[in-house]
Amino acid sequence: MDLRRYPGFLPMTVLCLVILYTPLLVVMVYSFNDSRSITAWGGFSLRWYADVFTGPEAPRFKDAAWNSISIAFLAATAATTIAVAAAVAMVRAGGFRGKSATFALINLPLMVPEIVTAVATLIFFSTIGLTTGYLTILLAHTTFCIPFAYLPIAARLSGIESVYEAAARDLYATRGQAFRLILLPLLMPGIVAGYLLAFIISLDDFIITNFVKGAGMETLPTAIFGSVKQGIKPNIMAISTMMLAVSILFVTLSYFASRMGQRART
Amino acid sequence: MAAPAPSSRARSGYEGLTLPLLLPTWAVIGIFLLVPVGLMVTYSFLTKEFRGGVIWDFTLAAYDQFFLDRGLFGDEPPTIEWTYLGIFWRSLRQAGLATLICLIVGFPTAWFIATRSARTRTMWLFLVTVPYWVNLLIRTVSMRFLIRDQGPFNEALLALGLIDAPVSLINTNLAVQLGLFYSYLPFMVLPIYAAVERYDFALSEAAADLGASRWTVLREIVIPVVKPGIVAGSILVFVPSLGAFLAPDLLGGAKTYMIGSLIEEQFKGSLGNWPFGAAASVILLTLVLLALLVYARSQARAEAR
Repeated sequence: MDLRRYPGFLPMTVLCLVILYTPLLVVMVYSFNDSRSITAWGGFSLRWYADVFTGPEAPRFKDAAWNSISIAFLAATAATTIAVAAAVAMVRAGGFRGKSATFALINLPLMVPEIVTAVATLIFFSTIGLTTGYLTILLAHTTFCIPFAYLPIAARLSGIESVYEAAARDLYATRGQAFRLILLPLLMPGIVAGYLLAFIISLDDFIITNFVKGAGMETLPTAIFGSVKQGIKPNIMAISTMMLAVSILFVTLSYFASRMGQRART
Repeated sequence: MAAPAPSSRARSGYEGLTLPLLLPTWAVIGIFLLVPVGLMVTYSFLTKEFRGGVIWDFTLAAYDQFFLDRGLFGDEPPTIEWTYLGIFWRSLRQAGLATLICLIVGFPTAWFIATRSARTRTMWLFLVTVPYWVNLLIRTVSMRFLIRDQGPFNEALLALGLIDAPVSLINTNLAVQLGLFYSYLPFMVLPIYAAVERYDFALSEAAADLGASRWTVLREIVIPVVKPGIVAGSILVFVPSLGAFLAPDLLGGAKTYMIGSLIEEQFKGSLGNWPFGAAASVILLTLVLLALLVYARSQARAEAR
């Protein structure tokens, strides 16, 4: 009797993957549908992709895409920088007072439900009198991206022994040189993985953005949500397919970045 | 590994830098999340201002409105107000059922993946996690597109002759559970996978040698041992499901109204009520922190064993 195998577990796994992928595949296929109706198949066409870039809604989507991408870029950069500093202190500086409180703080954005974060952030910006818009979205995104950047970086850092830096320091490298020339290159796979995750998380966010975006400001998810409220049109499926492709590309890159790091280590 | 060399600089060299290194983290998360949460708690005790916003007069009105019914004109003896408790109860039930579906599908999946060879394992894991990184809104919209009355799911069933009329799935509780399941499934699979991967199969062998059947082994030996993974997965699915907004909003209807929508409405336009929305958020946050506390205690107990 092979106790690793249970009858029915393979079909369940297949069912699981079917449920996970069917909706995405269906939307991908229908984004190439020539028909204006979203139900009937009218042959293969790229017209909805052209519509996204040149159609009546194109300027709206273009602005939203620019906001989404620039915010994701800035928020991921800020969050990753903050996370590297935090990880070095948490992993390398030994025990210090307030360490477990700091750990809880870093993970706080993961523990508070998104809708609660959204409410709290809106109330905060409203109280200090900061007009909601690009800046408030950026600040909110930077905050909740920190733990996503931190986790892969800290995991990578705890796998790097401090003997390398110690050797460099014994050979009269300054603390800055040891960090820049020794630790940073070793840490790079973790940084890349953390950066990419933070970027996707920012690009993905709907609820918090929806609360702190203010009137007239859109990111891709809020623009798509607004359109979907009036029914799912084919151009939305084309945008979705493009965003899907970007997400999958990023995850794949992040996956290979961390694998490359593992191989380099062994 | 080898002990660090007894050099004067053998320590990492970051001692004394702790404060400047952690200052940005404390500043950003402190100012833009910790302070806001505190402010939100304060707001839940303030008086509502029409057109959104608050008046700085302390009152329990928001909690009173949440828990107590004082009649149409507010002069009757208070009885329990069931409207909002009902919405919270429904959210708990929906999140609970979504967690259960995730467990039923996720456990066999995690088990199957963990018992593959090391090489194919990463590929299976990758396949399960990729959809998680696709935009949640897009996934929910895709689900809505798939299961709507004239959608591909019904078309396929009709074409196969399995049904005569389209199954109305959209706007039902099941659709919302399906949406939540779809949103958070990887959160269930990953911790269970990690637990099964560490599981010592000699335990199973021993039980089987003593005459236990395959399913008895699973029930009596495996599940108790990997329970921390199951609890972790359940918490990770349950917590975000409880406050979910997109799945109930896009896949459900008026009958599937959940906490997320209740809170969102309090901050939209002139019908909103900020203190009430803040109070509902405080109650939701309390529930979540309780769930996390139960989780932390069960993990601590498991580690102590």
